[in-house]
Formats: sequence, C-alpha cells, structure tokens
Amino acid sequence: MPTTPNKDSKPMSRRAFLRNSGLALGGVVLGGAFGTAIWKDREEQPQEAPPGASQTPAASGSYQDALMFFNQEQFRLTEAAVERIYPEDEHGPGAKKLGVAYYIDHQLAGNWGSNTKDYMMGPFSPGEATQGYQGRLTRASMFLIGLNGLKDYSQKTYGKAFPELEEAEQDEVLKAFEKGDKVKLNGTDAPSFFKNLRTFTLEGVYADPMYGGNKDMQGWKMRNYPGNQMSYYDQIEKDGLVKLEPKSLRDHMA
Amino acid sequence: MATKLPKVPVVIVGMGWMGGIIAAELAKAGIKTVGLERGKRRKTEDYFMVHDELRYALRYDLMQDLSRESITFRNTSKMTALPMRTHGSFLLGEGVGGSGVHWNGQNYRFLPYDFQIRTKTIERYGAKKIPDGMQLQDWGITYDELEPYFDKYEKMAGISGDKGQNPMVGKRSADFPVGPMKKTPGIKLFEEAAKKLGYHPYMVPSANLADNYTNPDGISRAACQYCGFCERFGCEYGAKSDPVVTVLPVAEKTGNFELRDLSNVMEVLHTGGRATGVRYINTLTGEEFEQPADVVVLTSYALHNVRLLLLSKLGKPYDPSTGTGVIGRNYAYQVNGGGAQAIYEDREFNLFAGAGALGSCIDDFNGDNFDHSNLPFLHGANIRYTQAGFRPIQTNPTPAGTPKWGKEFKKQSLHYYNRILTIGVQGSSLPWRHHYLDLDPTYKDVYGRPLLRITYDFEDQDREMIKFMATKTIAIANEMKATKTQASNTISNYDIVPYQSTHNTGGAVMGTDPGNSATNTHMQMWDAENVFVIGANAFTHNSGYNPTGTLGALAYRAAEGITKYMQQGKGMIG
Repeated sequence: MPTTPNKDSKPMSRRAFLRNSGLALGGVVLGGAFGTAIWKDREEQPQEAPPGASQTPAASGSYQDALMFFNQEQFRLTEAAVERIYPEDEHGPGAKKLGVAYYIDHQLAGNWGSNTKDYMMGPFSPGEATQGYQGRLTRASMFLIGLNGLKDYSQKTYGKAFPELEEAEQDEVLKAFEKGDKVKLNGTDAPSFFKNLRTFTLEGVYADPMYGGNKDMQGWKMRNYPGNQMSYYDQIEKDGLVKLEPKSLRDHMA
Repeated sequence: MATKLPKVPVVIVGMGWMGGIIAAELAKAGIKTVGLERGKRRKTEDYFMVHDELRYALRYDLMQDLSRESITFRNTSKMTALPMRTHGSFLLGEGVGGSGVHWNGQNYRFLPYDFQIRTKTIERYGAKKIPDGMQLQDWGITYDELEPYFDKYEKMAGISGDKGQNPMVGKRSADFPVGPMKKTPGIKLFEEAAKKLGYHPYMVPSANLADNYTNPDGISRAACQYCGFCERFGCEYGAKSDPVVTVLPVAEKTGNFELRDLSNVMEVLHTGGRATGVRYINTLTGEEFEQPADVVVLTSYALHNVRLLLLSKLGKPYDPSTGTGVIGRNYAYQVNGGGAQAIYEDREFNLFAGAGALGSCIDDFNGDNFDHSNLPFLHGANIRYTQAGFRPIQTNPTPAGTPKWGKEFKKQSLHYYNRILTIGVQGSSLPWRHHYLDLDPTYKDVYGRPLLRITYDFEDQDREMIKFMATKTIAIANEMKATKTQASNTISNYDIVPYQSTHNTGGAVMGTDPGNSATNTHMQMWDAENVFVIGANAFTHNSGYNPTGTLGALAYRAAEGITKYMQQGKGMIG
C-alpha cells in the first residue's frame, strides 16, 4: 500500500498538474473515469483488492444477498459509504449489516434505477434549483459515476481505496461530496449523488425487509417502529410508548 | 382514424371524486353516462400489501406516470419553464378514484368569507387593502347557498367531526354524520394549549370514518383502524372515504353508468360553441375512439381540466400581459410554513400510529376571523396538530442543528422519533395577475401534445402571512408542556422539489362575469354551454384549508345543474 500522503501538499501538486495540462476548471479537480486515467500515469497505483477478498457477510443469509447490478468493487464501495451515513453504534447495526448495499443494488437494477416513470424527454437544461433535478442520467448511471468519483477522490486525496480509509477520512470524503465544491463528476454533480446516496441509505435501513435491507427488521426495532400492523385502534389513545413486536409484509402471506 | 362510438347523453372525463359524484347523481336521476379514466381500475382488495412505505410513498405507486405526461414549471415569466421530471411538490393521481384514493381525508368547508372575498375585504378595509396585481374575486355564490350541498356531500362521505357549532366557521344545518376521531395524548396537549390561549380548537373534520357508518346511498363501511397509512396509500379497509368505495358503486348499480378505464382523453371536440364529444386513446392498445355526447363533463383534476381546455382550444386563453382571457387565470396553490415543534425529553408518543385526518385545529387566524387592518397580508391559515402516522423512511426528526447523516444523526433521529409534536400551518393562496397556467412552447407529452406550464411563486403576501403564523404556532407549542420548542418563520421562493400539498387550484374559475371567469357557479362554461368543468380549477383563490370538502359541495350542486340542463336542453343554468 502507498504510504500516507501529505495532505497539505498533495492537492496543491494535483492542481498544479491540472493547470499545466490544461485540464483545470476553476481549480476543480476532475473526477470520473477520465480523472482516473490521468492519475494512473502520475501517481502510485492503488492496491486493488484481489477478487474474492470481499469482506461481505458469508453467504449464509438470505438468497437475496447477491448482486444484480453492481460489480464487486462497486458493492464494497457502496457498503463502506452507506455505513458512514448510518453507522453501527450502541443502538444497533449500521447500514452494512442491515443489507443496505444489497437493497441499493436491487433498486438500481429495477424501474427506479432506470427512471421508468420519470419525465426523461429533452431538451435538457440545468435551470434553477426551484425547478428540480434536470439531468439526463438515470439514477443507476448517476450512482455509478458517483461511486467512480468516490474511488478517484479517495485515491487522489489519501492514496487508498475508499473502503480502506479510516472512518474519519471516509467522512471527510463524503463531506466533500455533500458540499461539492472540490469534486467534479462527469455528467452529474457530487451533491446530487450524495443526496441520492443518503436517501437510498435511509430507504434501505427502514423499508420493508422484502426489498433486501432492514435485515430482520432491525432498522425498525432500533426505533420501536412496529412495521406492518393491521390496527392501532386499541393503542391510539394511550399515554406513553407502546412497544409492539414488529411485523413485516411477509406476515400477511402466512 | 378514430372509431366513432354511438352517442351518449353525458361523457365524464376523469373518475376521481368529482367524476364519481357526477356519475352517481346523474345515474340516480336516470341519465345515461360514460366515465372515461386514463388509469386502471382499483379496488380495496388491491391494498393487501399497502403498508409499504417504499412502494406507495416513495415510488409513487398510485401516482401519475410522468414518463407519459408531466407539467413544466417556472417561478416567473422571465425564466424558462422546465419539466417536473419526478414527483415532488404535489402528487397527481391516476387511476379510478384519482387523487381521492391517496388523500389524507382532511375535510373542511371553506369560510363564508372565502366565497365573497373581494366584497367582504373591501367592506371591512376598503379597496386599497387589496394590493396591485392581486386578482381577488368573489365566487358568485355564498356559503349559505352552498350549505345544503356541503351537508349532502358530508353525509355521502361520512365525515367525522365534533358535535355542535364551532364559532369560527360557517353555520351548519346539521351535525357531522359521524362523531369525532379518537384523541391522542398529542391532540389533547394541543387542545389544552389552544384553549388556554383563548382559541377555539376543534377536531379536524375527517373522511377517515371514526365509526362504522351507512350513508344515505346505502353504502356501509367500517371504522378507521388508525394504521398510519393514509396519504399516498389506498385504504385496505375502505374506512377512508374515496370514490371507489362510495359514489362509483352507486353509479354502477343503477345500470345507467359505464366506466371505461385506460381511456386517455386527447381533446374535447366542438363546433360553433358546442361540444360534440371527446376523442380518446386506449392506453393499452393505442386504439383511438371518438365518443359523441350531448354534454361533456371534465373532472380530471384542476391542472388536467385546464390543459384539456387549452389543448382543445375551448375558451379564451388567459393573457397575463393584459389580464384578459380566462383559461389559465388565477392559478393558486397552498402556502405552508411557519410550523412549530414541541420537543419532549421526558415522554414519548405513539407517533407511528395515526390517521390522515386525525388531529385538532383552530381557525382563529384563518380567513378574516381576525383583524387585518394593521397586517401586511390578507386571509390566513388553519393551524393544526395532526397525527397521520410517522413512517420511518420519511420521518427522521431531529432538533435544529443536527447533522443530516452519520453517528449523531442516527442517535438523534432514533431518540426523537416519538418525541416531537409538530404544529402545522395550512395557509391560503391568493391569486395574482402573473400567476397562471398556459401551454408550454417546448415540452411535449408522449402523444406529442404540449405540457401544461405553471408560472407561480410565493409573494410578500405569503411571506408576511407565514411570519405572522409562526408567532401563533410557537405560542401554542410553548403551552404544550414541552422540554423545548422551535419554529421556523420564513419561506423564500416556491420550490417544486419538496412535497408541500396536492392542492393546485384555479385556471378555469367560476363566477358571474364571463370577463373574469370561465364558468358560471354550476361550472358550466360560458363559451360552450354543454361543457361543465368541475374541480378546484373553479376556485378563484385557495383558502387556508384542504380543498376536497368544498369541492364535494360544488360537485353536488353542479350535478343538479347538469340535470337541469339535460331537462331544458339548452341555456345557462341560473
């Protein structure tokens, strides 16, 4: 693995390179596949995780814990990122153990990832913030570009793959994406990607387990959410928190 | 080529609340009708898996397919309007029952002030009180004239509410047909606080049945179970009143009504100031049909009604530069903001439970129930605490200043999930000369027809109203025995991204003057007497209330108008 980079000087040398090579856009660092190609020539190569070295949970759980969209690297990146959005703590599991990366994989493979019910006709124009997202990319494409950006930014800033970074470093990377001023993505913007990442994470933590996240309803249990109950007729007037064993939609199938 | 079908007396476009009420009333009067609905049929049994927040609330299972048709939006006419690419600020329905399936069921009557807003404002404050550019206008009907129709609609839908008369609202001829919903501890805290401040709280009139109920049409339905899945969902019990469980079966039982789903109307056909029928496409097969009719009734939601008129070149389009023309005029919305939160460290509430219209509210600062002499705005808002059921993906409340993700976010959102009560504001929206609807010059639907363009923004009127309301909501919150309270008192520009309200109004308003209204008070078009345009498009402004209750009353009155028109065969109904 490369040695820990000098955080102060490294971005400067990167900007210098971009300026010299005519690729600087107002001090913004290029990301995406294009950016990666440049850095492959200039910097030490990241240590790629060997195939099969994934630290994902053993294949003993649900048959849904498999991939229909991501490759393994994308999956590991997603898993690491969502865990920072919703980390494991004294209250219970984080997004990783809750299966959120599987959830996102399954969503991106389907209608939502393909924006099948969205208005996708042109012309495309950025417009004002009050007019909403106006990009031409599908959610699935945008997510992959964002993951690529995470990968490149981590490599450039810390000389390591995102999943290998310390938690605090991962948080710094995600903050840079949330803010967006230091990160340039090809065809979309970092804050839009971050917003989707955060939304997808909360969905995966709290959606019905049939979608692949919220493993064993643990997302619900952490906040005393009873899930799919037929009635609160007898509880609605009660003072104090009523604790009920949660139920999922599968309980309807019994 | 369109296949020409046999002529029918009445064709109704859109099978939501408005279409359903018209269909039932005409069918009962022995008039044959055909109802066209662009979406699919729905029934209670379809909601077997309805407790699915992701599918219904976030993947918009019951909403319009925007890949086929959307709208465009801009804040001002200086901007280029761009398409609403995904659902946000409002959720347009699709399918049998329309938006009447996915509503919360909060069911108010507009105030007597609303129907005579221009006259009453000038009477009390003088004409100068109405700012330049605000196109305030009377509705052409009074609350008292409409009262019997409110009563009729409420008995059909089984609206639940307090017994007796609240002093802040229009006089009722009868109590609500069903008693009030159950009171939660949060509702009691709000009520006590409001009373202590001298206000007049009452239970939100609710279309979630508080008790088992049989309506005058003989439809029996079971009581609400407070399951917490109303808005954006269908009701698996049929306890939430919607057209599918009330008016549509009544219409179908008569044998006088035929419902055709998957039938998307492209245009109203007309010649010489009379409609001759409609042209529609079967969305499944792509086949095109012409349905001739003596009377055409548009009930496809305010925005779609206006778009159909513009696409059909029926009525004179509104021109904001001169203020003339009527189709597209007086678009208004709903101004929400200025809410306050009561935060509790010492107790938790069962906020996962609830019903869409479960709550308590006050109208002490709605309409003209308070003196506006020294206030920089007109009208007001309904202030309420509701417990609709907090679903976990969308509800992650945290105190102000908490990060949006990470360890602290998780900790705080888990801790506060059942500890924050929010007092909300449903603000009125008044009409302006530069707020309007027209056809977009650039963006098209899947059939190649122009999308409807919305030009709308919040005004100083709205910002001042919200600032004022925030002083009231925080005062109530401060009396609710909370550990701490917080409020926001600003709104900036209208933003189509965050969900606010599916209460789009105006665009083909009713009135008594063809110069500033598209229809008379039976929603019969001045420019085509055999076309009725029924929906919130008729509102000359939007009140500080959810619109459905008032729409229901107007629809029952319009049904009488259509029946009368069928009998006399011609002329405007007086």
